[in-house]
Amino acid sequence: MNAFIENLPLLSVVTFTPLLGVLLLLTIRADDSEIVARNSRWVALWVTLGTFVASLLIWANFDNGTADFQFVEKHDWFPSYGIQYHMGVDGISMLFVILSTFLTPICVLASWDAIKTRVREYMISFLILETMMVGMFCALDMVLFYVFFEGVLIPMFLIIGVWGGTRRVYSAFKFFLYTLTGSVLLLVAMLAMYFTAGTTDIPTLMTTRFPFDTQFWLWLGLFASFAVKVPMWPVHTWLPDAHVEAPTAGSVILAGVLLKMGGYGFLRFSLPMLPLASEYFTPLVYTLSIIAVIYTSLVALAQEDMKKLIAYSSVAHMGFVTVGIFAATQQAVQGAVYQMLSHGIVSGALFLCVGVVYDRLHTREIERYGGLVNNMPKYAFVFMLMMLASVGLPGTSGFVGEFLVLAGVFQVNTWVSLLTATGVILGATYMLYLYRRVIYGELTKEDLKGLPDLSRRELVIFAPLVIIVMWMGVYPTSFLAVMDVSVAKLIADYNAAIGAESAALNMADGIRLALGR
Amino acid sequence: MYAAAIFLPLLGAAIAGFFGRRIGDRASQIVTCAGVGLGAVLSIPIFFSVAVGGNEEVVTLATWINSGTFETAWALRFDTLSAVMVMTVTCVSFLIHVYAVGYMSHDDCKPRFMAYLSLFTFAMLMLVTADNLVQLFFGWEGVGVVSYLLIGFWFKKPTANAAAIKAFVVNRVGDFGFLLGIFGIYLLVDAVSFDTVFDAVPSHAEDAVTFFGIEGHALTLIALLLFVGAMGKSAQLFLHTWLPDAMEGPTPVSALIHAATMVTAGVFLVARMSPLFEYAPAALEVVTVVGASTAFFAATIGCVQNDIKRVIAYSTCSQLGYMFFACGVGAYSAAIFHLMTHAWFKALLFLGSGSVIHAMSDEQDMRKMGGIWKHVKVTYAMMWIGTLALVAVPPFAGYYSKDMILEAAYGAHTSVGQYAFIMGIAAALMTAFYSGRLLFMTFHGEPRAEKEVMDHVHESPLIMTLPLAGLAIGAIFAGYIGYDVFIGDGRDMFWRDAIAVLGNDPIEAAHHVPAWVVWSPMVVTLLGLGLAYHLYMRRPDIPGRLAASYPLVYKFLLNKWYFDELYDFLFVRPAFRIGRVLWKRGDEGVIDRFGPDGISASVIAGAKRLGAVQTGYLYHYAFAMIIGIALFVSWIVVGG
Repeated sequence: MNAFIENLPLLSVVTFTPLLGVLLLLTIRADDSEIVARNSRWVALWVTLGTFVASLLIWANFDNGTADFQFVEKHDWFPSYGIQYHMGVDGISMLFVILSTFLTPICVLASWDAIKTRVREYMISFLILETMMVGMFCALDMVLFYVFFEGVLIPMFLIIGVWGGTRRVYSAFKFFLYTLTGSVLLLVAMLAMYFTAGTTDIPTLMTTRFPFDTQFWLWLGLFASFAVKVPMWPVHTWLPDAHVEAPTAGSVILAGVLLKMGGYGFLRFSLPMLPLASEYFTPLVYTLSIIAVIYTSLVALAQEDMKKLIAYSSVAHMGFVTVGIFAATQQAVQGAVYQMLSHGIVSGALFLCVGVVYDRLHTREIERYGGLVNNMPKYAFVFMLMMLASVGLPGTSGFVGEFLVLAGVFQVNTWVSLLTATGVILGATYMLYLYRRVIYGELTKEDLKGLPDLSRRELVIFAPLVIIVMWMGVYPTSFLAVMDVSVAKLIADYNAAIGAESAALNMADGIRLALGR
Repeated sequence: MYAAAIFLPLLGAAIAGFFGRRIGDRASQIVTCAGVGLGAVLSIPIFFSVAVGGNEEVVTLATWINSGTFETAWALRFDTLSAVMVMTVTCVSFLIHVYAVGYMSHDDCKPRFMAYLSLFTFAMLMLVTADNLVQLFFGWEGVGVVSYLLIGFWFKKPTANAAAIKAFVVNRVGDFGFLLGIFGIYLLVDAVSFDTVFDAVPSHAEDAVTFFGIEGHALTLIALLLFVGAMGKSAQLFLHTWLPDAMEGPTPVSALIHAATMVTAGVFLVARMSPLFEYAPAALEVVTVVGASTAFFAATIGCVQNDIKRVIAYSTCSQLGYMFFACGVGAYSAAIFHLMTHAWFKALLFLGSGSVIHAMSDEQDMRKMGGIWKHVKVTYAMMWIGTLALVAVPPFAGYYSKDMILEAAYGAHTSVGQYAFIMGIAAALMTAFYSGRLLFMTFHGEPRAEKEVMDHVHESPLIMTLPLAGLAIGAIFAGYIGYDVFIGDGRDMFWRDAIAVLGNDPIEAAHHVPAWVVWSPMVVTLLGLGLAYHLYMRRPDIPGRLAASYPLVYKFLLNKWYFDELYDFLFVRPAFRIGRVLWKRGDEGVIDRFGPDGISASVIAGAKRLGAVQTGYLYHYAFAMIIGIALFVSWIVVGG
């Protein structure tokens, strides 16, 4: 790390640059709303691109060899309560930061023509959203984390509620209610942790050993929040509605980053801080995840709305993630993180694919399409690639995550691996069936015949996604190496905590035996 | 050179696929043919260096998936087994590429088609040269997805789309087993690369594990899981339903998928994993029984089908059964030998039938053919060569390999071996019958096509007949040339460590079987051909009468033992129905109703009721306040 970078509070820069963009947007003064809109778009694009470049500096200077937090910034915030402004990334969170900064400019581009009203406010929402997402992945203080974690809700709520489809208000409220209910319990759990441990510092809490009874309740509180975010069955029903009504870019961020907050929460809080409860509840997580994989895959098969189908497939894919996290083996956890990253790209791209035809025809009903390959070959190619990545074809990003998760889970529980793996078959079924109905077949519908192929702007959006999907599939080492050590440490600590507990129990048994009771 | 042989087809596919429109049809055809052709040229020195010279080689390209102790690399492994496969695949594939140039000359999407063919070849080459199970799986899924694309090539046909999806999904069922098998191996020996696995297997020979609640012999369970994968890809009984439907694709596709490459991947997998299967005798018995049953079952269906390509498709299915039971009795080398000869003559048959279809203005139904041999003499001759090789008439290729398989099955002297032998002989009889039937129905007898079609019957152009001739050379000589090194005296020098056999050498046993065993395949073959000649040349009225007098048997066979209907009933329709029920009843009816919607509804109702309290009358509020104060005071008094 060179001296310049070392002195730069890089994480804060990446986190708050979008807020600077918001200030810039607020200064735009023009009477003509068209000019405001155009300027807003360009400002948002440049700011998000700048943020992305800055975030690449994090990656470039990241040390793969250590599991410690890097780029740490620490300042007093509420000194009397010991609450700090504490930022830092490790191998698990760093790639999520990149994912967030990578997807945001794509979202801005995807909204270029689709959003026509209140463009400035829309872009402001997205920039605030980016700050919140990045901040959440960097925060190392529980209070700070909570602020960002909840802060994400507000711009997302607005994006769905203001720029969404016809049932947007219902969806936005459903989204808000679900996640807020979870958040309240998260807050309670965090307060309980603060009062027990006396600190809100995440690294400190990771080494704090709560007694099992405390862990039990804390875990449930955290779980309520994270499970909604993932989302796990049966608290997933907000997702299809939110996706359907959200504008394309909203869906991209929702599927790409917001769903990862739950998985990230499990990895940052549940597993390291509450290992005993995590182990205790593993069967529950397994069960819910397996139900999610099979149930939502079947539901996806029956869908008539493209976005709903992909939304349900997201639930199924996230089922792999939760199984992997709680299997707690090196491969399973790395696979889970990888699956989250890959799903972020792939499902984002799939929603963009839906957006492409939605922008042209203003319907998401599968029945209304068919035979698009005839006049949109480039689109058909991109859609095909993303579909194959979604079903986990080797050579694409989707395979690596799924494979590692299943391989890792198999080491601890063969049944779970078997049942989760049925998702591999079902996933192929609903995705191929969707593709066939939309892309293949004769081009018979009159209004489809005039649809133009991908525009230059759309190609610019898809090109990086295509490249990354292939890159992640062919040379995953670039990403796996980043998280290798951090995941290894997470698992070592987790197993040590469980081992210590069982050793203590054994010792207690031994003493009891020795005393003849 | 090693890497080039594998990646040149990929390069060709990329150029034709991405720039096909810009560079035009002709350039796309040239670049893909050149890619695969160069690969074929390179494969020959590779074969001689590796298989004959004994210079095994592993070319490591890059790391792939590394996570903890789980390590895989992109690596190309060249031993005798893969060298044989690379040579067969590239050579046959090259001829098919050339043929496709002619066959697809009326199609609008030539670059796309050529790109698919080359991509398919690349995926198959990755499969056979894989150095670890995961890379093998990469090629495995790769051929699966390209076959999906190829079968659905004519995407305007709904049947083609349905067949494509079916092929992919049924294969996925097999892959599901394959994946679990890989995980099992990793669990057992902590590695997935072949050398490490094979070295470790003997020390785990007696290990027991519990998979899915079944406690059992570890290697047997793993071998069975891998075999499920092989069954899917190689269309063995129960997972065979995708293969006949795959005939929806253009003919060169059928040849490539069915003959030289994809369907043989399962056989290749078992041979490749022979060091593991050898420690799992129970699994080998399953392989034998499934293979033998498929050989028989598919042949019965082949006898009554009327679509020329479907007959050959079922024939392929049946021949794969032979290869599997050869593996099952330990005669891996005979299986691979048959795989190699079969690649030549089956590709020849498929492409020959394509030539017939081409001549008959895209008619595939044999009932509408007949009497055309005079118009398409070259194709006719080629089909005869292919047929003679298939029914194992000496000195054609199939004779050497198929007879060895049957003898090995008999020579195994096990009950499953006997079963395989009997099924194999019965299948051989039917093979001869349906092959003869195909020839006689297609080429001889009265012309049954309409006059306009008959007027247009013409021999295919040189660009199609030349590849046929190339394949015919293989179909004639491949058996004779290969016999000695593959399964003759040179076999130990040839295979070395590429395949493993524990205990008695089944090939050796096969050389010492009674004379009647050696002769019986020949006898049934002649019987079958004679029967076909009698029924379809001399007394063409009999087949119709037979079908009429045994309608149940005929229907049962014609409808392919009703497997499709059964699966549709058991899996396909319930999946859609359950999906709908879960969606409407589960998500909307239960979760939402008692979850968010229910809560918000009751909140609204509650708020309304609360709102009713706000009457606006002052005395109501005053009364409420008094009650409140009274409660508060009494709580303090009582509680305090």
